[in-house]
Amino acid sequence: MDLPDDGLVLIVKEDCETCRMIAPLARDLEGRGLLRAVFSQDNPAFPPGLAVADDRDLEVSFRLQTEIVPMLVRREAGHETGRVVGWHRDEWQALTGLNDIGEGLPPERPGCGSLAVSPGMAEELQVRYGKTGLGSRAIAVDFPEDPFEQMLDRGWTDGLPVVPPTPARVLRMLQGTRRRPDDILGMIPPSGEICTVEKAAINAVMAGCRPDYFPVVLAALDAALDPDFAFQGLMSTTMGAGICVIVNGPIARRIGLNSGFNALGHGFRANATIARALQLMVINIGGAVPGGMDRSTLGHPGKFGLCFAEDESDPGWTPLAQTRGIPTGRSAVTVFGFCGTSINNAEKAREPVELSRQLGLCLNAVYHPGLAGGGLGAVLVLGGEYARIYHEAGWPREQVEAAVHKATERPRNRLIAEYMGEDLPGEPGEPIAKFAEGDLLVVRAGSNAGLFSTIIHGWSSGPRGSQPVTREVLS
Amino acid sequence: MTESVVLLDPTSERSGVMRARHAPPVSLEGLTVGLLDISKGRGDRFLDRLEALFGQRGITVERFAKPTFAKKAPDDLAATIAERCDIVVEALAD
Repeated sequence: MDLPDDGLVLIVKEDCETCRMIAPLARDLEGRGLLRAVFSQDNPAFPPGLAVADDRDLEVSFRLQTEIVPMLVRREAGHETGRVVGWHRDEWQALTGLNDIGEGLPPERPGCGSLAVSPGMAEELQVRYGKTGLGSRAIAVDFPEDPFEQMLDRGWTDGLPVVPPTPARVLRMLQGTRRRPDDILGMIPPSGEICTVEKAAINAVMAGCRPDYFPVVLAALDAALDPDFAFQGLMSTTMGAGICVIVNGPIARRIGLNSGFNALGHGFRANATIARALQLMVINIGGAVPGGMDRSTLGHPGKFGLCFAEDESDPGWTPLAQTRGIPTGRSAVTVFGFCGTSINNAEKAREPVELSRQLGLCLNAVYHPGLAGGGLGAVLVLGGEYARIYHEAGWPREQVEAAVHKATERPRNRLIAEYMGEDLPGEPGEPIAKFAEGDLLVVRAGSNAGLFSTIIHGWSSGPRGSQPVTREVLS
Repeated sequence: MTESVVLLDPTSERSGVMRARHAPPVSLEGLTVGLLDISKGRGDRFLDRLEALFGQRGITVERFAKPTFAKKAPDDLAATIAERCDIVVEALAD
């Protein structure tokens, strides 16, 4: 049945106590010749005794923007001139112009949620009956062709299966931002093709992100597009760089980002998908095909994307974002281009000075023990036991960073002998630290068991290479 | 079960333009050769050697350097090389 242009229209569902309660009233209105149409969302035989139109496909419910049932709408010349939802005797009497309806019913009773706005349904109906505002090319995959195989065949993936980016899923992802779908975010390397919010949303869907992750994805992308990050070089280098996203602030807890057990590993959807979304953009928009514009000699497992939250449970430890200009209480991402990870074990160290010395030894192995004096970066992730030892000794972040930095120092002549580092300036015995100022980031993550830390190996660093970039996460 | 699934294209939806490569010159006589150092370690040694070899043949050479191998060459540098040179040798590796 078409939606009548004039008269009263009622939307109901049987699975609603209030709808069942007002069923006799609907028959009363129909008997008086006022009710022009009844649409049922779940059972066209309800309410009994009435000519009910089947709206199980929810088209009329969608067109009338039905959020609550029962809903009584008054229409005149094709336009809505009034509506009531749920049961409120005064409002129903006002809308119908009848002062004697609803006798014997309670004065009011709330309605129930419309099936048209049940989780996931609104976007499906938008696609089916409305305008999506999406501009990307739509590709139909007809049964029995498998969309998963088709996406792999088209080269749209990182080798793992991806979530099919249906228009409804993309619309749901776009609920995660206030930005318009056609807003331009920047040019994605290596090809330098333009990325819109819509394209970012499509790739975020494919990566497996939830819509509430999307602000983190957009902040990470914005950070990666900062010229200081050298995104182009990172995504095409023979060293095989991936994208590491470190998240601070309340959004990490809100979206379930793991900072504890297995923080750098699997098992947590937000951790597994946020950086992956960026990597998929680099593949799909930037055209980074291995052996093509992605020139990675070996690559590493982290090229699927690495994302984790810093453990901010110790109030004595300043979170990374706060050391990089983000006010306390705000959420932020820090992106870091990385070429692999290695784990450190220092279980024989019992106090902070020795612990720092052990860390310095481990950090010296990044790329090559003889490579020092700046030009490369790293993130040092301290597990819970490291944090406990420093915490019990009363060492704040600054003291830890300074001690570790100092512990990497080695005499210049030895470095030259080991690495043919003839370009190192200075006197032969002069101590040279592994990293330049600001090129070693220290964060806390992981569980409390085991004296373990992890080094996330950077790429060429500093102004001539890739620098970490921090951005606040905006809703 | 028999419904089709609609996927939205995650790519830029643009195809690159294929351009024909310039034919290599038959002779270097009278041409200017640009030597571009991308600032990787020891790239300058390779280019020093090439400059000497070109010099022995009487070929004009101009030297250029990118500020860093990690980033694209500045547009001004690319324009200058294109304006002043006929061919370019880029020292890519360490």
